[in-house]
Amino acid sequence: MKEFWLTGALRHPYWTLAWVLALAFAMAFGAKNLYFRGDFRIFFSPENPQMQTFDKMQARFNKSDNMLVAITPASGDVFDPKVLAVVKELTDAAWQTPHSLRVDSITNFQHTAAVDDDLQVEDLLLELSQLDAAKAANIKAIALAEPALVGRLVSHDGSMTAINITVQLPEKDQNQEVSDVYNSVRALTDRLAAAHPDLTFYHGGVIALNNAFSTEAKNDVESLVPLMFVVIVLMLGYMLRSALAATAVVIIIVLTIIATLGLAGWAGLFLSTATVNVPTIVMTLAVADSVHLIASTQFLLREGLTKPEAIKKAVRINTMPVLITSVTTAVGFLTLNFSEVPILRDLGNMTAVGVMLAWMFTMLLLPALLMVFPISHGYAEPTDKATQMDRLADWVIRHHKAILPLTAVITLASGWLMLQNKVNDEAVKYFAPATEYRQSVDVLEQKLGGVSLIDFAIDSGQPSGVNDPVFIKAIAEFALYLQTLPEVTHVSTISDVFKRLNKNMNGDDPAFYRLPEQQDEAAQYLLMFEMSLPFGLDLNNQLDLDKQATKVSVALKNLGSTQMLALEQKARSWMAEHYPQYAMEASSTALMFAHIGERNMTSMIQSLPLAMFIISALLVLSLKSWRLGLISLIPNLVPAVIGFGLWKLWSGEINLGLSVVASMSLGIIVDDTVHFLAKYKIARDEGRDTEQAIRYAFHSVGHALLITTVVLVFGFSVLILSNFRLNSDMGLLTGMIIVVALIIDLLFLPAFLLQFDRSKKTAAASTTSGEKHHV
Amino acid sequence: MFNRKMMGTALLCCSLGFTSLPLLADDGGKGLTIAQERKQRDEGWADSESKTTMVLRNAQGAESKREIRTLSLEIKDEGDKGLTIFDEPKDVRGTAFLNHSHVGKPDDQWLYLPAVKRVKRIASRNKSGPFMGSEFAYEDLSSFELEKFKFNYLRDETMQDLPVFVVEQTPTDEFTGYSKTIAWIDQKDYKVLKVEYYDKKNALLKTLQMLDYQLYLNKFWRPLKLSMVNHQTGKSTDLLVHEIQFGKGRTEADFDTNALMRAK
Repeated sequence: MKEFWLTGALRHPYWTLAWVLALAFAMAFGAKNLYFRGDFRIFFSPENPQMQTFDKMQARFNKSDNMLVAITPASGDVFDPKVLAVVKELTDAAWQTPHSLRVDSITNFQHTAAVDDDLQVEDLLLELSQLDAAKAANIKAIALAEPALVGRLVSHDGSMTAINITVQLPEKDQNQEVSDVYNSVRALTDRLAAAHPDLTFYHGGVIALNNAFSTEAKNDVESLVPLMFVVIVLMLGYMLRSALAATAVVIIIVLTIIATLGLAGWAGLFLSTATVNVPTIVMTLAVADSVHLIASTQFLLREGLTKPEAIKKAVRINTMPVLITSVTTAVGFLTLNFSEVPILRDLGNMTAVGVMLAWMFTMLLLPALLMVFPISHGYAEPTDKATQMDRLADWVIRHHKAILPLTAVITLASGWLMLQNKVNDEAVKYFAPATEYRQSVDVLEQKLGGVSLIDFAIDSGQPSGVNDPVFIKAIAEFALYLQTLPEVTHVSTISDVFKRLNKNMNGDDPAFYRLPEQQDEAAQYLLMFEMSLPFGLDLNNQLDLDKQATKVSVALKNLGSTQMLALEQKARSWMAEHYPQYAMEASSTALMFAHIGERNMTSMIQSLPLAMFIISALLVLSLKSWRLGLISLIPNLVPAVIGFGLWKLWSGEINLGLSVVASMSLGIIVDDTVHFLAKYKIARDEGRDTEQAIRYAFHSVGHALLITTVVLVFGFSVLILSNFRLNSDMGLLTGMIIVVALIIDLLFLPAFLLQFDRSKKTAAASTTSGEKHHV
Repeated sequence: MFNRKMMGTALLCCSLGFTSLPLLADDGGKGLTIAQERKQRDEGWADSESKTTMVLRNAQGAESKREIRTLSLEIKDEGDKGLTIFDEPKDVRGTAFLNHSHVGKPDDQWLYLPAVKRVKRIASRNKSGPFMGSEFAYEDLSSFELEKFKFNYLRDETMQDLPVFVVEQTPTDEFTGYSKTIAWIDQKDYKVLKVEYYDKKNALLKTLQMLDYQLYLNKFWRPLKLSMVNHQTGKSTDLLVHEIQFGKGRTEADFDTNALMRAK
């Protein structure tokens, strides 16, 4: 079959070209089905328990998707009448935001007061005409004393105020809906910022987060992919010394990428912040296949073979190694299917398919392309480079007794460091400090207080149970407990509303700022208040339909995921200890990310042995040696250990992007070992001793390994430029591991072989047991 | 009398890119004629009493029920008066809501709280707010008065095999929660079959269907089921009217604030 195709390809290159192009375009046509999703939900599978709790709470209480706009005046006082007027203008105009359900600010806060024995419920600033210095002072006094506002919609010192826009997206075309909301609010704040240069506007909330996911993905597509292309073309030109050969590789790469994206489209996948970089990664990995084939052809041409002969022979000697390295790489990426995060699974599957497509197109099309293009013979590698590798071989052989213990010490130390890494997933920190979203959120946190929230839904167990004084007391005590925790910056609770209403209903007597004592009293106060609220400002975000459950919203300082999980646990324990009769659930986007990091790490660690097993089995098969297959385990494992050890020194935080690096990089670095051990084995099988076999391996593949490592490191380094840390961290750590892998393969592996593969020195080596278990 | 406010609202909306609000009805007054006929056909019912179950549903279909009784009194050339007494949930039993609709000025509203035996006035700015946590706003339940809207006849249609007028109604009150409503009115009996409510950003907010119309006193059509669906939140509320009685001889004395405390 292979021979048939190859002969055909060389005889009818244009037909082959046409066939393969038709195939590629049929695949690529699926790209019409591709769409982009930038919402945070793509990180969670429908079965994810935290996602289910989140959806349940969103259904029970009104949705909490929001866009937060914060304003800081240069004067430092938001209660300046001029600033309040802008806040009111923004509040009123924000109701025009697409999909908005409600808008909350200090100006439309439903302030309650006892007036002539009636309950007055009114916007804190109802009419602009009322606004003078005295009114502003009055608003300031009320707002800064209102627990529902301070730390949420106005900072303690009154230097920042926020307008919260709650939206309910129809979720038909979520990406479009998010950008509609974001752009509408941005247009409004841009206009106000232009009219009031002394005011600074910041944007936060779930919508801003989702928008940032899309924006950064778009930036990656617009800047990283073209950059990667440039890098690849430059490297190819340098390595192959032939513009047309480089063109052939570029054609293969382009076909591979469009076919990969097309197949993803046919499979019904979507693009996301994680998968927009699939082209970059596939490009990096695809280059190697073509380069091996072209370099071999050029070498054989220099040896004096005719072009068809050279191509034929190059294909013959490269098919197996290129297939094995592609399959191991694909296996590494396929283990991402064990991830808890759907988009990381997509990343793994798309890249695995891309790698195999690269192999297929290289084998099917490259021979025909080389036939058609008048490619140069490349250049003979200067001999001094070869001697550099020979000198390195000599050096390793001379020092191998020292290299082994040194590597062992470094590995053990790295292993210890590796275990000191902490899993941490904060959606906010996924964005580089340079991004606008991160800067906004950092200012919000610093001035206003916490921007990450946890919502606790507490169920009284019966309809109208929220009005039961025992239950309200429990809620009030729970809120009080939460406020004692140092991480908590604000607690929003219905018990504060009850206290305020009780005071209002008793002539604003501060002595009555306490919970009502009777259920009917509480129920009727609440009914009275609810019936006084205007459109959109009801209590549905705090109470469920039949008043059986209430939601307590807690704002937190930006916490690492571990501390956030600890806080959730503390709150749950408190409730279970004091009020075991009430069921409680906790949820929020921040909490979901905190959980997903842990869950994903656990599942990826569990999947690692499987990846090791499959890849090692492939090595045993391809090297046709149990012994070398087992030996290869060490140089394949150690780089990840050292890489993660170095990571502890660099950052120490493991996020979703990094949790998949170990199994992903395993499939890539294994290639070095395969090439080195394959050449080593050939030499041993020919009867040379260990030292000579190592010299042969260095001489024949040392330089090639260096080159492919450079290509891979460049490729993954491009990802470092992403402003999205899941991508940039992944690129950085993978690049580091690939460099370490090369060092291990060139220093440690030969030293290890010298020490432990010495016994068979004679020509009989090739026939001894253990080396001949061919399958 | 509301022209100045209307103009302001219209200008604001135009400046924000919404131009669908008509300043002047361009239907030759047909919308207003239909509304006048609708109003006129419903005159003379004097007073009524009814029992109603309110069924609230969230987007997932979970239900919560409320029981209320309503007393209504027709007032010629002025808004009607209504008294609503809550029976369920138990902890608000006996709470009574009194409403005096007005033409040309905001309604007056009071609530009687039996737990503290006090009557409290409620500000009328809340007319856009939900009634008892339902999908009905006060303004959806308040009596139909010509002065509360500007009318614009849109087209004829067929609904439930009946020819209907489709009329756009633009609220004149500044505290309304709507930019407009669109009503489907049966051409024979002037029964309102369906109403669509558009929010201030001109997006479809709710749809009300009025079903199971019954004829009372040989003249007055009343729906026994009112079904309101909120398209933005997926929540809905059904009002199921169990019995309507007319001619109980109620007077204005039954609808003043003192009567609130006697209501049971």
